[in-house]
Parts: sequence; structure tokens; C-alpha cells
Amino acid sequence: MIPADLSEGIPVAERSFKKEAEKLRLGDGAEFHGEGILAVTKALLQSGVAYVAGYQGAPISHLMDVLTDSADILRELGVHFEHSASEATAAATLAASINYPLRGAVTFKSTVGTNVASDALANLASGGVTGGALIIVGEDYGEGSSIMQERSHAFAMKSQIWLLDPRPNLPSIVAAVESGFELSEASRTPVMLELRIRACHVHGRFTARDNKRPSFTLKQAMENPVRDTSRIVLPPASYLHEREKIEKRWPAAVEFIKSRGLNEFFSDGKTDIGIILQGGMYNTVARALELLGLADAFGDSRIPLYVLNVTYPLIDDEIRRFCAGKRAVLMVEEGQPDFIEQALHAILRKADLQTRVHGKDVLPKAGEYTGDAVLRGLRRFLEQVAPSLLPVALPAGAAEPGQPKAPAIAAAEAEVHPRPPSFCTGCPERPIFTAMKLVERELGPHHVSCDIGCHLFSILPPFNLGASTMGYGLGWAGAAALNAKDSTRRTISVMGDGGFWHNGLASGVGNAVFNQTDNVLIIVDNNYTAATGGQDIMSSSGGNPLRKTGNSIEKAVRGVGVTWVKTITNTYGIAAMRDVLKEALTTPVKGPKVVIAQSECMLNKQRRVRPLMHRLAKEGKRVVRERFGVDHDTCTGDHSCIRLSGCPSLTVKSNPDPLRKDPVATVLDSCVGCGVCGEVAHAAVLCPSFYRADIVTNPTRWERLVAGVRRRVIGFLQDRIERRLGAASA
Amino acid sequence: MDASPPPPKAISIAILAMGGEGGGVLADWLIDMAERAGSHVQATSVPGVAQRTGATIYYVEIFPGIAVVAGKLPVLALMPMPGDVDVVIASELMEAGRAVQRGLVTPARTTLIASTHRVYSMTERTAMADGRVDSAKLIDGARAAAKHLLAADFAEIAEKSGSVISAALFGALFACGLLPFPRSDFEGAIRRSGLGVDASLRAFARAYDVASAGQETAAAANDQPPVPPPASLRAAIATFPSASRATIEAGCSRLVDFQDVAYAQAYLDRLEPFRTTGDVRLLTEVARHLALWMSYEDIARVADLKIRRSRFSRVAEEVRAGNDQILRIKEFLHPRLSEIADALPAGIGRWLLRSASAGAVVRRFTAKGRVVETTSIGGFLLLYAAAGLRRIRRRSLRFAVEQQRIEAWLGEIHGAAGRNDALALAIAECQQLVKGYGDTHARGLANYETVMATLPRLQGRPDAAERLSKLRQAALADDSGERLKAATLELVP
Repeated sequence: MIPADLSEGIPVAERSFKKEAEKLRLGDGAEFHGEGILAVTKALLQSGVAYVAGYQGAPISHLMDVLTDSADILRELGVHFEHSASEATAAATLAASINYPLRGAVTFKSTVGTNVASDALANLASGGVTGGALIIVGEDYGEGSSIMQERSHAFAMKSQIWLLDPRPNLPSIVAAVESGFELSEASRTPVMLELRIRACHVHGRFTARDNKRPSFTLKQAMENPVRDTSRIVLPPASYLHEREKIEKRWPAAVEFIKSRGLNEFFSDGKTDIGIILQGGMYNTVARALELLGLADAFGDSRIPLYVLNVTYPLIDDEIRRFCAGKRAVLMVEEGQPDFIEQALHAILRKADLQTRVHGKDVLPKAGEYTGDAVLRGLRRFLEQVAPSLLPVALPAGAAEPGQPKAPAIAAAEAEVHPRPPSFCTGCPERPIFTAMKLVERELGPHHVSCDIGCHLFSILPPFNLGASTMGYGLGWAGAAALNAKDSTRRTISVMGDGGFWHNGLASGVGNAVFNQTDNVLIIVDNNYTAATGGQDIMSSSGGNPLRKTGNSIEKAVRGVGVTWVKTITNTYGIAAMRDVLKEALTTPVKGPKVVIAQSECMLNKQRRVRPLMHRLAKEGKRVVRERFGVDHDTCTGDHSCIRLSGCPSLTVKSNPDPLRKDPVATVLDSCVGCGVCGEVAHAAVLCPSFYRADIVTNPTRWERLVAGVRRRVIGFLQDRIERRLGAASA
Repeated sequence: MDASPPPPKAISIAILAMGGEGGGVLADWLIDMAERAGSHVQATSVPGVAQRTGATIYYVEIFPGIAVVAGKLPVLALMPMPGDVDVVIASELMEAGRAVQRGLVTPARTTLIASTHRVYSMTERTAMADGRVDSAKLIDGARAAAKHLLAADFAEIAEKSGSVISAALFGALFACGLLPFPRSDFEGAIRRSGLGVDASLRAFARAYDVASAGQETAAAANDQPPVPPPASLRAAIATFPSASRATIEAGCSRLVDFQDVAYAQAYLDRLEPFRTTGDVRLLTEVARHLALWMSYEDIARVADLKIRRSRFSRVAEEVRAGNDQILRIKEFLHPRLSEIADALPAGIGRWLLRSASAGAVVRRFTAKGRVVETTSIGGFLLLYAAAGLRRIRRRSLRFAVEQQRIEAWLGEIHGAAGRNDALALAIAECQQLVKGYGDTHARGLANYETVMATLPRLQGRPDAAERLSKLRQAALADDSGERLKAATLELVP
């Protein structure tokens, strides 16, 4: 555990983005080097945005984090920036662009964030906008994604929001932001900019332009309010909106996209086949062509390409022009359903063009379009329509999967285990689930309803706890039906502090009170939204000059009518955690029961405490480092301790004992001394092999004195032990 | 054949690293170095958040500035494509295996730089016995899949240099010679990053030396040097076949350490029948398991091991406590009624277990675990006294019980030995099930008894040994006993 004298700092996630923030100041002609999402941030300022809002989540957290650290730049430019309470809040924020010529942008993770936002987005899209409204969605799809695999495309289609999917290089992404605002204004329609994970994190460069102050300010808007009932979603205006979308806004958008050439044609006319692709797929397609010898390293292709930097709406004229005179085209469209491919068929059919359309017949029907998926798809397409273009020797990635492999390779592959996500070293959430495991041993299994956040890792080994997750803040709502009055066993729901403030207070806690549940909710409070990188929320315990923090979860829970509330302020105390859970599950008291489990996210805490301890030790101050260890000679290699913890710092090593073969448990030096190992050993009555070492740097004079006396007394007795052992083994 | 030079191409590098291993730092060094040298660089990742997810792939493409055609920008890929990766860097051996599994490593093209140390997966760590995978297979597969393999324990190199593995891997990357940058460019990137520069440069240099020597090094073993058995037993040990002697010596040393020379002599006496009956493999395994069983873990043993000087220095080394620092060691002990009764003379121990009132008193004192500071005088004396229970061990309840169990077990082995050595060996190996403390020990013992109870029904079957081994493995497959139950139904007629 962190010594008390060091844990009193401000518990904030100590991450600084000041260096990145400086890049936002670059002016005309300067070269910007950095990540895609940071380039978007810079492009917003270059576009004269008046306000930005959003909800953090991979892969767009960085946009929020950098703007948080750019308060001075934003102030100079007169840009308002909010951490929204949820994606719905963020989307509703765009209402400022309905009546006023204000450019606004919001950002969140998609499709989960878009799901939450869709009520506001639908209203926004119905009435239409005056100022440019940009929705930047981080498309969390494919490898590394943590959410259900869906497409934002569907949201764009259902609400008629235009969807940009630019080529994944920084100049194209920046151009998409800038033209996105113009498109929005030209067609009075909100515009969605979709960026895949890799595009958000891609490091590249572009030539910067000066930042622009918004031409119309929020102050002007507030002091000159405008009202236009024809923009409000209420009959009869709502019927007019639908017609306006089709009759005015859509044609205006098509005209803008065409005239500005937002979609790109490459190498058109070179052969009588072609490829139509989402902008985001461009680099992958270009590389696949290069590997097949059909393009050079600069993307100069022998096959014509039509790149959809705008994937909705489609520009029928452009498609007809591209397909006319071509025998066949390949549609490279990631994700499903295949909206674009279907539309392509319809457009060609209506135009009576006989160009054959390939797409998901040669490419995977579902899943990420990785390099090898595209390479193989392209190969199959060419085999069917232009086999003479294929090289004699196909590159390795073009082979069909499942080819027999060398025995040594197959044997090695069989040894590879998956590495599912798990709790970090010293995570304060781990002991909560260890306690749940111990309660389960006594009371039997319970239905556990999970939420979104790090705590969801409880469903994986070693804990294997949890039956469902219904969305952010919906942990308790997910157990709402399991509320039978005659059940002898209660349900347990879990919710993080982030989910709680996002909507869980109303959808979970309020709902449970109103519907008279008798079940249990655990709220995991780790001081900020730990999972997304330590952003502040309502109940953050650290001060924040820009936000009002320190709002108590317990007060809020009591405020909506829960009376049985217990707060545990140290989750590492497993016995206490176990006892309060047991009480919540067995108490005769009826009604909703809420346990608030508070301890700061260790990952973020260590970012603050480690350098501090280092500094203090250097300055000659007394510092205590604590860590755990295992005595290998008393460890019998059963690993129960690991099964109740799963901490990355608690692992195994070869048994140094020549008589034993099973590996022993061992604690790595990355241990932060959180205390869980000792608590588990006690609470679960495991084994006496754990020890905690307190290492005192710069001890006081008194400590040195005591240590000296101890050393002498203990040394005397240890001499005796050694004499006995020496005599016996002589 | 086309005689013109090959068209310019990006150099592609995939880095597979787990959270906290500095894969991002490595990618940043690469970007910085290449951009300074005038190359076009693109890097992407699908980052796991810190330690929360498994391996992350950082993918970097470098297009040498000299190859750029005026007015054109190279189109660089955002993800590694099988067959199109020049260098794969795996920060750990199983991750190297994963790179092979994903097809990123191809024999025509890819140099694989792999650290041979292991970061064990959850499955490997939570196994009830030894769930670790075979490192040799991973290395063989990596060698078969790659054009060149540079494998060494880069984690150890980094640690010895006081740095992190990313610096060592950067050195290996320089050593592979595929990047068109001089050493000064590599080192410059490390210098500009500004943190722990000297240590990182040391790790870089050492890794470069090791990697350019082309010598594969496996992760170091951590065996302790054996303690020789007492002189008085050496003549008796010498009568055993030489192949079994190292184990028997270790067994004798263990039992002298555990109790006394007489106890070690008793061990040799118990082994005596196996000197002539059964093969040497059986003898060796019986010797190994018998020594472990005879040196069972009781309060005296645990206390004895905790207070030794050698243990104090081992802890100091493990936690990296310096001479100018004070080290305090605190034990987490939770002795229970049964363990206390075990340590007492058999009669008193049985009475304590029977007596409701005495049991209740002891239980009150043992309801909670205790933290004992061995480095304090009071704590040390407490454990010193507990270690002294060794003197009455021969009269203790646990001793009596364990000797009975050992005799019964030896009897079964001996019954099978000579007739069916494989079965005898399988019986000997069942000792593996009995381990741990408290509930763990109780569960292990129950499993052992369940497995041993099947013997009468397995005897005489030609595959009895195989079935018994399968039952033992099933007992180690989960700690709920489900697998053992199922296996018993399946394997025992």
C-alpha cells in the first residue's frame, strides 16, 4: 500500500498532454507531426469551431484529453469545450448549431456512443442545422475492439446524416474535417466523420494552417436568441423535415460533394475493371495492389479506383460514370450489412448498366478487412474477371488460409495461449471480485449482472463472474426482471462510477427504488473514469479548476431513495469487503441495497506516486516501499492464490527445489504492495508463503538504532540455527 | 527477367508487446529516428490500455527519403500484411509464437527478433500443477517460420543494464542490419527521449553485442546448488544405483534439514525394498516423492524456514533492498485449530479436536489471520519457538497420521513394483496431489484418497497405470473436483 504520507496528494489521473497541446498552436505552413485524432483536433480549430463536446472512450479519448490541457488556447480562440455527461448530452449540445451560425463538433466512441446519442442525433437531423455540425465517431471495429461489432453507417442512413470516411492519412483527415463543416452548412445537415481505430492512432504529418476564431460567438447567440418553430420536431414541422431532407438537403449535399470533388478517382480509364472502396480502406487496398504488382509504392494503380471519402450519400452520377464501360467492379466495404454494395446494385440496375458487381462474394462477409483479407479478396476478384493481371508468383498473404504448415510451426502455434484482458497490478477492483468469489464459496453462486468498464474483466479467468452486460450504466437495469419476491437468493449487479453518472443513477438505481427491488448493487468508485484514461467525472475526488467535482455517489443514491447504503473506502480489505457483500445478500432488510466500493485506480495512482517517491528518496526524505513476495520453500505450487487474484505481478517460476517439479508462485518486482496477496492468504486461509517486505529508504536515526539491536539479537539466534544444521549435515 | 532495380518499397516493422513493456516507446524511437533522417514514417497501433489487454501490435513503415519520387507521397499500410513484414519484434516468447500464428513471420522475408523470456499467461499461472507451455517448441517454430531469428533473453539484458526491454530490443533491431540508419541515429533517438538515457544506451549496446554474435540464449534456469547429505549416510546412499543417487542425496539432505539424521536414515530404510525390486526410474521417483511426503509442511517446518539467515538474505535480494535501506519482513500466517492440534503430542491433539470447549477457545484465537514481523524481536522469537516444535514432532498427531499414510502408500507401490512398474510409478506420482495448507491440503488429500480408492478396481487391467495417471491429472484439472468425478466415472469400471 502507498504510505499514508504519500497518498494525500490530489488523487487525479496525472497525465499531461501539454506537449500535444502545443502542437495545436502551429500556424500557416508549419508541419504538424502526430496522431490522427490530434490532427482532427487541430483541424477543428483551423475551421473556426465555436464549441466542442464529447464523451471519452477509445479511440477518441485523446481528443478530449488534449483539449482538456488546452484551456488557454481555447480561451484565446473563444472556443467552449465540455466534458459531456454522456454521448446523448454531447449530441444534444449540437442544438446550438440549429438556430445560430455556430460551428460545433462532438465526439464519442461508436457505435456504443452513437447508440446513446441517437435520440438527440435524430432530432438534430430532422430539424437540420444552420451552423456546421460535425459528429466525430471513433469506429471501434475489428481487432482490439471492446464492443459489439456494428456499423455507424446505419445511424447515418436512418437519420440522414452525411457520413465521411476519408483516406487514412493526415492531410485527407484534416481536409475531411474542414470540408465536413462546409458540407453541413451547404446542406443544412449534420455530418458524421468516421475514423477507424488505426486512423485515430496513425502517426503522420500535414501542413498546418492558422487557427480561426469563430466568426459568430456563443455570447452573440445567447444575447440575440433566435427561435424558428419550423426547426423543432413537432407536427406539422416534422413532416416537412422529412420532405425537406429528400427534396432539398440531399440534392444540396450531392451537389456539394460533386462540385468539391470530395470523392476521388485514381487511374480511371486504365482498364475495363475497377475497384470502389471506402476512403478508410484506401491504404490497405493500395498495399494489396502493390503486392500483386498492380501498383507502385505511391499508389499509382493499374486498376482504376473510385474512393468514397463520403460513404453516405452515394453520388449516383459518379458511380454510373465510373462503372460505364467497365466489365466488373469490386466493392470493398468493411462491415455488414453491405449497405453500399446493395445500393450499388440498385444504382446500376436503374441505369441499366451491366457491370458485374463483386464484393462480399470474394471478401469476408463479416469482420475487419485486414491486409490479408483484402489481398485474398482482390486475388479472387481478379481470378474471376482478369486472371491475366495476376502475377505468376503470388505473395504469401494471398494464399488461402488453412494451408498445411511445417510441423515445427504447427507445434509452436499449439503452445500459444490467448491473453484476454485482466485487471492491472494492484487494481482496486480485483479484491472486490476476490471477495465475491469467497462469498460464492459460502453462499453459492448468484446471478451477476455486469456493466461497462474495467470491472467487466470479472467475467474472464480467474474470476469467471458475470452473466450479462447490457451497456454503459445499465448494470442494475440488466437485472431488473430478476426481481421475484419469492426468491431465496438475491442478484448482484455491478456498475462503475463512470456508468453511474452516465445514466446508471436513473436507469439503475432510480428504477430499482421505484420498482421495489430487493437486490444488490456494487458501485465501483475509483476516483475518475479509469478505463478511458482517468478523465474526471462528477464524483472525482480531486479538484479540477474547470469542473465541479467531489459530488458524492452515496448522497446521490440516498437522494433517489435508497436507504441501505454501505460505503467501503478501502477495497483492498478483502475481509471487510466479503462481510459487507455477505450482509447485503443475506440481510432481512427489504429494498434495494447498494455497496459503494472506493479505492483509486492503481494504474493512474502509480503514475503520480512513483515519480514522487523517487524524488523524495533522492532528496533524502524517508520513503517506504512495500511489496509482497513468496517463499519458494514453503510454496507447494498449488497456485490457489493466483486463482483468487490473477494479478499480473503474481506469477509462477520454475521450482528451485530439485525434488519438486511444479512451478512455485512468485511476485515480480512490478508489485506495488496493494495488500491483496496478504488479505487473500488470510481471508481464504491459503498458505503461509506470502510475506510483505517494507523497504525503508533514508530511515530515521531511531529506526537505524532499533534495526541494529534487532539484527544483533536475531543474528545470535540465527547463528544457533546454523550451528545445528551444520552439525546435523556434517 | 527484368534487369531494372526493384521498385522502392517501405520497410515494415511489427512490434508485438504487452502493456507496460514499452512497445510504444520503441515505436516512438523508430519514428523519431527515421523522420530525422528524412524518411517518411507511418506508425499505427491498436493499443491495449496499459496492462489491461494482452499483446498490442505496433506497426511502423519507413519509406527512405531517398526513394521518394518528386511530387509523390508513398502510400503506407496501416497494418502488417502476411508476407510483407521485414522485421517482427516480439517482446516475449509466446508473443513471438503469436506473431508466427498470425502469419506475420514468413521465411522469404521476415527477420524475427524475439526475447526468450516468458510472461506466463493466465492459463499457465492458474494451473493447479505445471501448466506452462514448452518454450523449446516456441523457439523451434519461430526458427522454422522466420528468414532469420534473433532470439535472446532481452529482458534479462535490460534488467542487468538497469533499463527496460524496449532499449534492448532497439539494440537488436540495429543488429539485424535491415534499417538504413547508422548506430548514432539509433542512439540519438534514445538520447532525445530523455528518460534513463545512460541505462537505455547500455541495454542497447549489450543487446546489440548479443544479437550480432548470433548466439541464441535460453532463459536462465534458477536451480539451487544441492546441499550434500551428511557423511554418516553417504555409505548407505552409495549402495543405490548411480542414476538415482542425486535424488536420494537431495532427499536425505531435505530430511536432515526437516528433522534429523535418524529421520533421513528411516527414509533410506523405506527406500531399501525398491533398491532390488522395480526399475531405477521407479526408485528415483519413489525417492523423490517419499522425501517430499516425509518433509510435509507443518507449523514447525514453516516457522523454521522463515527465520533462517539465508531466507533473510534471499528476501533482501528478491525485493532489491540495499544495504543502506532497512528491510522489514512481515509474514501472513493463519494457523487453524487443526494445524495446532497437528503440532501437539498425538493424545493432546486428538483431545483438542474432540473437546468442544477447548476447541472453541483455540478457534477464537485463530479466527483471524495474523501478521507477524519476523524482523522484529518479538515476531522472531514467536517463530523461533514454533520452529522448536520440531523437537516434539515425532510424538505429534500429524507425524503419526502422516507415517501411516506413507506406509500405506509405499505398500501399494511395493505391491505393484516388479510386477507392473508402470503402475507402481503411477501410484508413486499420486503423492503430487497432496500439497498445500488448510483447505488446499484437505482438498488435495481428498483427491488423493479418491484416486487411490480406485486401485482395487484398476489392478490387473493392462492399462491400469495409464488410467491412474489420467485420474491424477483430472484431479489437477480444476479445484472443484468436477473433472475428477467425470474421469472416475469414465475410467474406473
